[in-house]
Amino acid sequence: MAYIPHTEADRRAMLAAIGLERMDDLYDAIPQEVRFPDLNLPEPISEMEITREMLTLSEANLEVQHVPCFLGAGAYNHFIPSIIDHILQRNEFYTAYTPYQPEISQGTLQAIFEYQSLMCNLTGMEVSNASHYDGATALAEAVILALNQHRGKRHKVLLSPTIHPHYRQVVRTYTQGMGLTIAGDESLDISSAMFAEMLDEETALVAVQYPDFLGRIEEFSSLGEAASKTEALFCVVVNPLALGLLKPPSEFGADIVVGDGQPLGIPLSYGGPYVGIFTTRQQYVRKMSGRLVGETVDSRGQRGYVLTLTPREQHIRRDKATSNICTNQGLMALATAVYLSIAGKQGLREVAELCYHKAHYAAEKIDALDHYSLWHRGPYFHEFVVACPRPVAEINDQLLEYDILGGYDLGQVYPTLADHMLIAVTEVINKEEINDLVDVLEEVAHD
Amino acid sequence: MTEPLLYELSSPGRRALRLPEVDVPKVALPEGLIREDLPLPELSEIDVVRHFVRLSQLNYGVDTGYYPLGSCTMKYNPKVNEDIARLPGFTFTHPLQDPDTAQGNLALMYSLQEWLSEIGGFAAVSLQPAAGAHGELTGILIIRAYHKDRGDEKRTKILVPDSAHGTNPATTTMSGMEVIEIPSDERGNVDLASLRGHCDESVAGLMLTNPNTLGLFEEQVGEVIELIHGCGGLVYGDGANMNALLGVVRPGDLGFDVLQYNLHKTFSTPHGGGGPGSGPVGVAEHLVDFLPTPVVGVVEEGDEVLPPLYGFVRPKKSIGRVKCFHGHFGVAVKAYTYLRMLGKTGLREVADHSVLNANYLRVRMRDAYRIPYDRICMHEFVAEGRWEDAPDIHALDIAKRLMDYGFHPPTNYFPLIVREALMIEPTETESLETLDAFVEAMLEIAENARSDPELLKTAPHKTPFGRMDEVKAARELVLCCWPVERDAL
Repeated sequence: MAYIPHTEADRRAMLAAIGLERMDDLYDAIPQEVRFPDLNLPEPISEMEITREMLTLSEANLEVQHVPCFLGAGAYNHFIPSIIDHILQRNEFYTAYTPYQPEISQGTLQAIFEYQSLMCNLTGMEVSNASHYDGATALAEAVILALNQHRGKRHKVLLSPTIHPHYRQVVRTYTQGMGLTIAGDESLDISSAMFAEMLDEETALVAVQYPDFLGRIEEFSSLGEAASKTEALFCVVVNPLALGLLKPPSEFGADIVVGDGQPLGIPLSYGGPYVGIFTTRQQYVRKMSGRLVGETVDSRGQRGYVLTLTPREQHIRRDKATSNICTNQGLMALATAVYLSIAGKQGLREVAELCYHKAHYAAEKIDALDHYSLWHRGPYFHEFVVACPRPVAEINDQLLEYDILGGYDLGQVYPTLADHMLIAVTEVINKEEINDLVDVLEEVAHD
Repeated sequence: MTEPLLYELSSPGRRALRLPEVDVPKVALPEGLIREDLPLPELSEIDVVRHFVRLSQLNYGVDTGYYPLGSCTMKYNPKVNEDIARLPGFTFTHPLQDPDTAQGNLALMYSLQEWLSEIGGFAAVSLQPAAGAHGELTGILIIRAYHKDRGDEKRTKILVPDSAHGTNPATTTMSGMEVIEIPSDERGNVDLASLRGHCDESVAGLMLTNPNTLGLFEEQVGEVIELIHGCGGLVYGDGANMNALLGVVRPGDLGFDVLQYNLHKTFSTPHGGGGPGSGPVGVAEHLVDFLPTPVVGVVEEGDEVLPPLYGFVRPKKSIGRVKCFHGHFGVAVKAYTYLRMLGKTGLREVADHSVLNANYLRVRMRDAYRIPYDRICMHEFVAEGRWEDAPDIHALDIAKRLMDYGFHPPTNYFPLIVREALMIEPTETESLETLDAFVEAMLEIAENARSDPELLKTAPHKTPFGRMDEVKAARELVLCCWPVERDAL
C-alpha cells in the first residue's frame, strides 16, 4: 500500500508521453551493477493488520497513565487539555510545509508569532525565535550565539553542573570542532557563587539551570551582575512551566533564556518530539539562529506575518550562516501556544502551584521516614533529591511491583549521588498516590 | 481576513482550564523567588478553539491541495500513521523509564534502524537527529571524528558542489571545517576536473546530494566517490532526495560512507508547518563506532519462545549525544508504520511513480518553460521562470499566480545555479488528473506572462492575503506582542 493513485492506463499514457517503454527505463543513469537491489524487508500489510500489530507493540510498554509517575528529570507527565490535539490534528496545520508562501500560510505564521509573543512574556525576554529542536540543542545554539557575539575571540564556556546532563553532553557534541574549553561542571560542589569567580575575559557564556536538574531554585542576580561585568553572556535554562510561579530570568540579568517546552502540553512520547525555547534580548536578534516571524502588512493593507531576517539563515548565507537549522518544531510550538492560551494567566500559575504543593507534601513525608532523607534544604519547585538506604535501581524495581514508577537514579550521572533518587511530582499525582509511594518506600527500605 | 491576536482577544478574569482543588496542605511559597505578574492572555475555551481553527483556515497543506514544492517531498501523510503515533502505549511512555518496561518502543526503534540500514545499504543507523540539517551535522561530525581517531589531523576541508542545499556549507562551518565549493558541469553533474584539482590530503570529505538539487542522478557518481576515497576522504550523502531511490539503488552500494534520511520527506511523516522532522543517519561499517549515543541494540538474544531484550548501547567512539533523550520517537512511529505497510514492493512503487510523475511534468511543460538540464530526471526537475519576451516576469510572479489556481507554488530561486529557478517535485501520491490540471495552469500562466503581465505581477488575487511587505517586516522588526489594555482596543 503505497498511496499511489495511478491506474495501469495512466502509467502507459505517461510513459508514452515521456517516450519510454517501461518503468525501468527511467533509471538508465544508475549504474547497472547496483540497480534494483533485492531488499531484505517484510512483505506489505494492510491498514487493518498494521493497526492490530501496532496496538500489540504499544501495549508491550509500561504506560504512565496506568501507574503514578514520579519520574521527571527533564520530561514531565502533566495534564494535557483535549483541545490541544484537536488543533494539532487540523490538516491545514500539520500537512503544511515551512511557511515560505505567506499568502497561503498565515495560519502557521500567525501561530508562530503568537508562540514568540507567549514565550517572550513568559520568560520576560524581548525576542523569541520560532523554536529549536529541544532544550538541549537550544542551549548549544546559545553557546554558538555567544561565540559569534565575541567574534570568536573568547573560547571558554561555563556550564553549571546542575544543568541537565544530556544538555551538557549535546553542547560538547555540537562544539567539538570549535576549539572551546567547557568548564564548571566537573563537580557538583561548584556553586553559582564560585562561578562568579571563574568568569574572566576569556568567558563567552555562563549557563545555569532554573529550577536546576535537582529541582532547586536559586536567585542568580549576583551571577548575572558578575557575567555582565566581564561581558560574558548569561544564559538561563528554564522549565517554562515553573515560570508560571517563579520570577522570570529577565529579572536577574539573563541575556538568553532557553528550555524545553515539553511541560506545556506536549506528551512524553518517549522523549520527543518536544520543542526548544530560545529567547533573548533585542540586541542579539541578528545573531540568533532559527526562524523568526515578524509582523507586516499585505498589498491590500491587511496586517500579516512573514518569515523575517532570513539573511541570517543558511539558505542565503550558506557557509557564513550562524547555524544550519531550517526545519524546527513548528507543530510542537503550536501545541505550547494552545496550551498557554488555554491555561492562561490564572491556569498556568495554578498548575505550577499544584506541582509545588504536592511535591513539598511528598518530600516532607519521605523526609520523615527513618531511612530516607532530603538531600537539600533550600527552596525547590516540583522535584527533589532523596538519599536512599539502598541502590535506587533496586528500590525502583520494587516500586514497580506495587505499580509505582519511581524517580531517577542520580548515581548514573553524578558519582557522588549514588543511592540518591530524583523525585518529580506533577499536578496529575494525587494525595493517595503520594501516600502509597511513601508507604512502599518505607516497606522496601531493607531487602 | 485579519484574525486578532490572542492578546487582543484576552479579557481580564476570563479563563478556560479548571483544575482540581489542592488535596495536600499548602506550604509557603519561597520568598523573593515568586513573580509578581504573569502576562499571559485570559480566554475561554471556545475563544481559543475558534482562534486556532480560523488560523488553520488561512493555511494551505497537502490535504488542501497539490503541493509540488521541490526538494520537500510533500507527499500524502497517511492518517493511520497519525492514529498509531497517538496510541497511549507510545505517547504515555517516559524516555527515562527502565528500558525493560519500554520493550515495545525499543523493538520499534530497533526494526526501524534495521530497515533504514537495509534501504540505504548501510551497516547501522542512529535515529537521534531531529531533522535533515541535524543529521548533516551528525554525519559531518562523524567524518571529523573518524579522521581524528586515525591521527589524521590535517583533514580540514569539506568539498561541497555549488548545487548543494545551503545547509551543507552551513553544517560544515558548524563542524569547524572549511567549505570548498565545486562547480557543476554543463550536464548538471559535479565537474570532475575541478573536483580532481581539490583532491588531496587536506580533504576530510565531500557532501553530495544524489539525486542532486536539479533532480538529476549524478552520472559519474562512481568516479566522484572514487576520487574522494582515493585521496583518503569520506563521502557524505544528503538523503533529502531519497524518494527517487527507494528500492532502486542503495547509496551504500554506490560507496557513500554516511547519509541522512529525512523521515518527514521520504517516509511520509507530516511537515507540521515546519517540523518536527526527523533525520536519522546511516553509516558504513568503518563508521559504526562513531554514531551518536545511544543506539538501540539487542542486549540479550531471544529464542523460540522469548523475544530478544533490547536496550540502549553507546557506540565505542561515539561523537556524543546530539539531542536530549532518544530522538523524535513520535515521528519514528509514523515512519515505521509507513514502512511496515509498504514493505519491499511498496517502496519500489514509491520511487517509480515519483520519478514517472516528475518526468511527465517535465515533458509536458518543456515547450512553455525552459528546462536547462533537459534529460530523464529523478523525482523532481528544475525549470526556468523567465522569458526574453516577458522581461518583467520573474519566477516569483509565476509562483504567486499559481496560488490563484489553488496550487501551492514550486520552490523558487533554488538551486542557485539556475536563473529564476522553479523546482518542481510532484511526488508519487498525485494522480494524472492533478498533474494535468497543474500543467494547464502553468501553460496559461506562460501565455499570460506575455499577454497580461500585470495579472502575474499583482498576483495572487484569490488568496485571503496579498503579497506581504517583507522590507517593512525586516526594517520594523515587530517580533512579538505584549498584553493589550482593553481600553486601547
